[in-house]
Amino acid sequence: MHRGRPRPPPALVGLAAVAVAFFALPLVGLLARTPWTRLPALLGGEVLLDALRLSLVTSMAATGLSLVLGLPLAWLLARAEIPGRRLVRGLVTLPLVLPPVVGGAALLFALGRRGLAGAPLERLTGLVLPFSLWGAVLAATFVSMPFLVITVEGALRGLDGRHEEAARTLGAQPWTVLRRVTLPQIAPSLVSGLVLTWARAFGEFGATLTFAGNLQGRTRTLPLAVYVALESDRDTAVAISLVMVAISLGVLVLLRDRWWGAS
Amino acid sequence: MSRPVPALALLLTLLTWAGACAPGNSTDEVLRVSAAASLGDVFGELARTFEEARPGTRVELNLGGSARLATQILEGAPVDVLASANRAVMDGVQAAGRLLDEPRVFARNHLVLAVPAGNPGRVEDLADLGREDLLVGLCAPTVPCGALAHRLLRGAGVAAAPDTEEPDVRALLTKLELGELDAGLVYATDAQAAGASVEVVPVPEASGLTTEYVVAGVADTAHPEAARAFAGYLISGAGQTALRRHGFGHP
Repeated sequence: MHRGRPRPPPALVGLAAVAVAFFALPLVGLLARTPWTRLPALLGGEVLLDALRLSLVTSMAATGLSLVLGLPLAWLLARAEIPGRRLVRGLVTLPLVLPPVVGGAALLFALGRRGLAGAPLERLTGLVLPFSLWGAVLAATFVSMPFLVITVEGALRGLDGRHEEAARTLGAQPWTVLRRVTLPQIAPSLVSGLVLTWARAFGEFGATLTFAGNLQGRTRTLPLAVYVALESDRDTAVAISLVMVAISLGVLVLLRDRWWGAS
Repeated sequence: MSRPVPALALLLTLLTWAGACAPGNSTDEVLRVSAAASLGDVFGELARTFEEARPGTRVELNLGGSARLATQILEGAPVDVLASANRAVMDGVQAAGRLLDEPRVFARNHLVLAVPAGNPGRVEDLADLGREDLLVGLCAPTVPCGALAHRLLRGAGVAAAPDTEEPDVRALLTKLELGELDAGLVYATDAQAAGASVEVVPVPEASGLTTEYVVAGVADTAHPEAARAFAGYLISGAGQTALRRHGFGHP
């Protein structure tokens, strides 16, 4: 116990305990249903390994794409005078609250073979996004990039501008200021945003299924594999769920707390 | 310390109010029917006519993939009737001792080769499902329409090259309607429900291979009499007429 820190009111502790139980109980349920003796055999299955590989590839690609596109957007939202900023910010936040299935359907209408942009894209380049690995990456990026933009924009807004100002006064070019002063200062938030983005992409289900379909080895990521397995083989579904929980929890606890939560 | 109390009181009031505003008369007997996704349209209609024929009973439909519905029942979901799109799923529930009576067949369905309006992929027969230049969709082998599709393809000696295995037949149908897929195997009733947005390519092998729709009351239902009445209604003249109108075959 830290001295000087007030004791929390008992009612608060009680309600918080209920909240923790609410999150922990489903996990306990999952563990209680885990076929521990069959687990090694289930984990070595080709279906699971294919899905795991795909999940890692799509979630990392989505995180990379979010970084390349989302970081500049966050910077502009925080720093530049852009017209309709509130609207842009609303648009960026929308995938967080939209049901992912709706997002997937909207992607299909826009980027599908007969979609607004998808039809010209296929005519010009021959590229078909639905039912492809690229489709799965785009679906994951659509739902996960908001986490990066919002986290980084918040960090940039909260930044004390004096260091950047000093660098500029000393003659640093804007690009140098961004690279040498701004980015190092927001590094913890950036990493935290990247971890959240990755975790959301890793767990993505609805938009992927709707936009990219479900085929083993091409678009069937771990969440889709769980959904399909639940229909027929619950032990496999539980084993895959366990893998997802272990990986996600591990990354969130280790990486996120190290950079952000511990401060 | 009294702050959370008004908030809780407000929450309780809201919940009570929400409960009171639920549709229907609270003294009605509520019959929960879990039905396969492909039965959605016709069961919506049958539930209404059943309620009219039996005042005081209200039917609540729970639609979804048959296997998922069975899992819900095995996990103790309060369901009174199960209508499944294949026998294997129902057998699983029966083996667990969770059925009121012997399941009864009330309809049949078969698969058709469906393509988007205008047949952009120029699909002519079942063998075209193996063409690499087409985007082909099937149901996942774990759901009844996918299991039936695999039997059909194996029987015809076709090695299909699917680009997606959809977890339910309605999702597959939607992608065909949108033209995102060039061809797929869906139930005859779904192709009929889609109207002009999909075309059916005749496949003689397909109509001979049918899936049985079976219905039974669930063992620990609080309304066994109503559950049996609903199952009986499906097999009655009125029930069969409606099923036939939606494209389902004789039991």
